[in-house]
Amino acid sequence: MLRAFAYQKPASVKAAAQAAARPGAHILAGGTDLLGCLRDGVFTADSVVSLSGLPALKGISANPRGGLRIGALTTLADVAGDARVQESYPVLAQAAASAASPQLRNQGTIGGNLCQRPRCWYYRGDFHCLRKGGDTCFAVGGENEYHCIFGGAPCFIVHPSDTAPALLALDARLSITGPRGSRTIPLSSFFVLPEKNVRAENILAAGEVITEILLGPPQTGARSLYRKVRDRGAFDFALAGAAVVVVMSDGKVSAARIVLSGVAPAPWRVPEAENLLAGRPLDAGAISQAAAAAVKGAFPLSKNEYKIALVRGILEETLASLA
Amino acid sequence: MGKRTSPGDRRDDLSRRRFVNTVAVGATEAAVLTVPGKAGAQLAPPPPTDAESVTVVLNVNGRDHVLRVEPRWTLLQVLRDHLGLTGTKQGCERGECGACTVLIGGVARYSCMTLAVEAAGAQITTIEGLMRGEELGPVQQAFLEEDALQCGYCTPGQIVNAEGLLRRTPAPSLDQIREGVSGNLCRCGAYAHIFRAVGRAAQLRKEGR
Repeated sequence: MLRAFAYQKPASVKAAAQAAARPGAHILAGGTDLLGCLRDGVFTADSVVSLSGLPALKGISANPRGGLRIGALTTLADVAGDARVQESYPVLAQAAASAASPQLRNQGTIGGNLCQRPRCWYYRGDFHCLRKGGDTCFAVGGENEYHCIFGGAPCFIVHPSDTAPALLALDARLSITGPRGSRTIPLSSFFVLPEKNVRAENILAAGEVITEILLGPPQTGARSLYRKVRDRGAFDFALAGAAVVVVMSDGKVSAARIVLSGVAPAPWRVPEAENLLAGRPLDAGAISQAAAAAVKGAFPLSKNEYKIALVRGILEETLASLA
Repeated sequence: MGKRTSPGDRRDDLSRRRFVNTVAVGATEAAVLTVPGKAGAQLAPPPPTDAESVTVVLNVNGRDHVLRVEPRWTLLQVLRDHLGLTGTKQGCERGECGACTVLIGGVARYSCMTLAVEAAGAQITTIEGLMRGEELGPVQQAFLEEDALQCGYCTPGQIVNAEGLLRRTPAPSLDQIREGVSGNLCRCGAYAHIFRAVGRAAQLRKEGR
């Protein structure tokens, strides 16, 4: 049984933010990650602040200035199944559909998917690791086949989200409400690497709640794809993956955004690869150079060097299928 | 996912002990009032319990149940230990196996990953609720006809999940079935039969049986 906690279900975002700002409080959206963490004793909760009393945060609507507004409590199943998302932002529909299992997608929310904690087995297990306030990353000398090849040190987690790389490739923005007001930020400034803060994966301050995700109008000539490789065909986290958006004009790439999943403590954008594609047709030469450039800065651990070849292969296949 | 749960940690052992404890002390502590239909729902004065307990109305298989629950109780716990609906199975208790699948608002979810307080106000359907009186429902009938089980422990979750899948996708392709049942593990490996059973269930539902 879980350790006892108090339960609150505020009726406004502001009240939720104030309740969640108290020490020992944790936000409950879909709950699929929170309950797992509590069950595993990764951390404890004195109080759980449920967002289920905030139906306004649920659902997808057209943004008056073009694009879409996705309420943070929209389930992954509803994001994946939305005709507008499928039509204009296929990379996001595919990423949401590839996450977890059908039941978890029926429950897990897109806001929660961005905020989920890492799946590193040392972090989830009985190890007092760096991310839990200890002084050791056990992955360095341990079982590290599922850990990162980019952006590690001093902690080598991978960010577990599939929708985060897709949303980053789409240059999404987040609306956030905290105890002292609201702000809207680009998703590109949301995630943090361990070198900056080894205890958190994002910049949310105590009590801050993601309320909505904003997508700009779809670009003319944009094609996008999310490719995820796992140990099995379904219901697993990515060994590696890529969210790719290319904008084509006159048979050439006018802009590209490539964000990798499963290989870094944050969704990992590879501008070196994007720049190599700009102004060129998506032919075999450009694709192969971009895929090679993407892994240039990789720093594998003892058991995850395979991820380098995997990322190259994923990018070669993904870019070729977008050509 | 299972593989993510760590090399050589003692978690498995602890979980097993916790599981045995839970079963051993699983007797009802909460007041359970079964009220036929919402219209007749009346709240009897709850007995004194833990200060943190809250009163909720859970609508399960069309009946309202007024209960005092602790916020930490999962829907799975309440269904099994307090409402006696033991058709819903406890498996991994961590959202990885699907044995505890129920419908919440007509949608398949893991009851082990859902707090009971969070399910208040929604229509909850368990395997027991898929019966038609004393007759099997179409998905149950299809699992029987196609011999889609060996030990049977995962079966209630498989059937409830298939019901949710078919409500959303009444005529699924084999690929849709395979993906649709991927959140339910079968340690006996009866998958080929399960795929066939879901296809058969779609047919039975279409025929109105």
